[in-house]
Amino acid sequence: MNLSRPARITVRIAAVLGFAVIYIPLLLVVVNSLNPDRSSGWPPPGLTFHWWGDAWRSTGARAALWTSVKAGLGATAIALVLGTLIAFAVQRFRFFGRETISFVIVLPIALPGIVTGVALNTAFRTVLEPLGVGLGMFTVVVGHATFCVVVVFNNVVARLRRMAGSYEEAAMDLGAHTFRTFVDITFPLVRSALVAGGLLAFALSFDEIVVTTFTAGPGVQTLPIWIFSNMARPQQAPVVNVVAAVLVLLSVIPIYLAQRLSSDTASGSRI
Amino acid sequence: MTKTVPTAGFVRRFAGTLHRRPRLQLSLLLSAPVAWLVLAYLGSLAALFTSAFWTTDSFTSSVVKVWNTDNFTALFTTDVYRQVALRSIGVALVVTVLCAVIAFPVAFYTARIARPRWRPLLVVAILTPLWASYLVKAYAWRLMLAEGGLLDWLLAPLGLHGPGYGLTATVLVLTYLWLPYMILPIHAGLEQLPANLLDASADLGARTGRTFCLVVLPMILPSIAAGSIFTFSLSLGDYIAVQIVGGKTQLIGNLIYSNITLDLPLAAALGTVPVVIIVFYLLAVRRTGALSSL
Repeated sequence: MNLSRPARITVRIAAVLGFAVIYIPLLLVVVNSLNPDRSSGWPPPGLTFHWWGDAWRSTGARAALWTSVKAGLGATAIALVLGTLIAFAVQRFRFFGRETISFVIVLPIALPGIVTGVALNTAFRTVLEPLGVGLGMFTVVVGHATFCVVVVFNNVVARLRRMAGSYEEAAMDLGAHTFRTFVDITFPLVRSALVAGGLLAFALSFDEIVVTTFTAGPGVQTLPIWIFSNMARPQQAPVVNVVAAVLVLLSVIPIYLAQRLSSDTASGSRI
Repeated sequence: MTKTVPTAGFVRRFAGTLHRRPRLQLSLLLSAPVAWLVLAYLGSLAALFTSAFWTTDSFTSSVVKVWNTDNFTALFTTDVYRQVALRSIGVALVVTVLCAVIAFPVAFYTARIARPRWRPLLVVAILTPLWASYLVKAYAWRLMLAEGGLLDWLLAPLGLHGPGYGLTATVLVLTYLWLPYMILPIHAGLEQLPANLLDASADLGARTGRTFCLVVLPMILPSIAAGSIFTFSLSLGDYIAVQIVGGKTQLIGNLIYSNITLDLPLAAALGTVPVVIIVFYLLAVRRTGALSSL
């Protein structure tokens, strides 16, 4: 677009400001983890790696991290299966209720987490508890999977939309049956979309706090819950600072991988 | 090529059956996910909204399953609830507008002004903070806004103070949290805008501002609508950010949260407010085609 020179400069300045707004708070978290002072005033009186050692030895943070990883893997596995099934159904068939399904599948992340959380909590307590299944890891995984499905679904649908059906038809013309075609042609073509969707689903589950609050029993503490409950405790502040800084630095990984694996990752918007 | 072992024969026969009967194929694909959605999700929601019509025994705080609409009457007649609901809607709207205003120049830069070689990198630069944890981002702002924190330090030479914790802080933090959800769809929309339309507009004598209002903006509207789904609905239900930086601010999420253990039916009734608003919002936005561009 042929912008006039002043307009071009204005947009440039606004964009630089925008990027500054995005990054300054995150940099502050990283710098603050090196702050020798327990209070988080600015500027810090010096820099130290002392708290990083403390955080490394913190058993609470480690246990929480492990819980988060397990819940994330479980939710991702379920989301991969369900999301892929719906994606194939919606993209390859025309049927009654197709629109409704693609609408309902967005709801778990479009509706406030607290509503989903309370709803699941009520349902689990009225249906599962009489059966002897209390709130715990299982319920956390079920809760997370419910909103992770949509991430996988979107990635796979985007891939299927771009994929010409001609390869599959060619395979079938050459005598391959439905399953053979799937294994040899379809699956390799959607594989990277599945990996990207899986990564995003894992990241989403890893970050979730509201639904977790309502679906985890008292014994299950994921990393976000651990951070939230320790944020207000002054003597835990340095460790929380370090964990927060680590999370900022680690967040580069999933997005980098997802970006490399699939260019149509719906650019990773929440869904 | 296929080996003629009996199992392979069975697989092949089954595949043939599926191929001849697409309806069977479809129902096999759909049964598990639909069962999940209906049982785990819609079922739970239905259970929750049914309980909105029950009441709570004020002595024992246990739920009394007698059908009535007391909770909804309370919702509409109690001043506090009305104020909090209106405040929450206001916050959600302001956050959405702020996000759109900040997101547009950033997206315009990444999609149309930056050199094409740099564009993918800039998109990654927007995406990365998106995947930094929600809590960490809210926590970052707790540090920014703290007394004697970075914001106070930056504003001190101007003789100003940061806003501290409260309603302004809540709006700031929510805007920050959801900003990437607005930048990304607008970026995608701007990227797909055909360049020759803009050229045509310029050839016909329109200046930048006019082209922007008459060509760019109408075509980007669905993208903004798509982004607004998240900025609006996530703000409407949030209570964690409010607890972290909101000071004494009360939004509907906090109200629901504080009522859950004491009075679940009332919490459920309060929960219907954001759900009804958002479902209407989604249905309205769906007409613009925004849902398919998510």
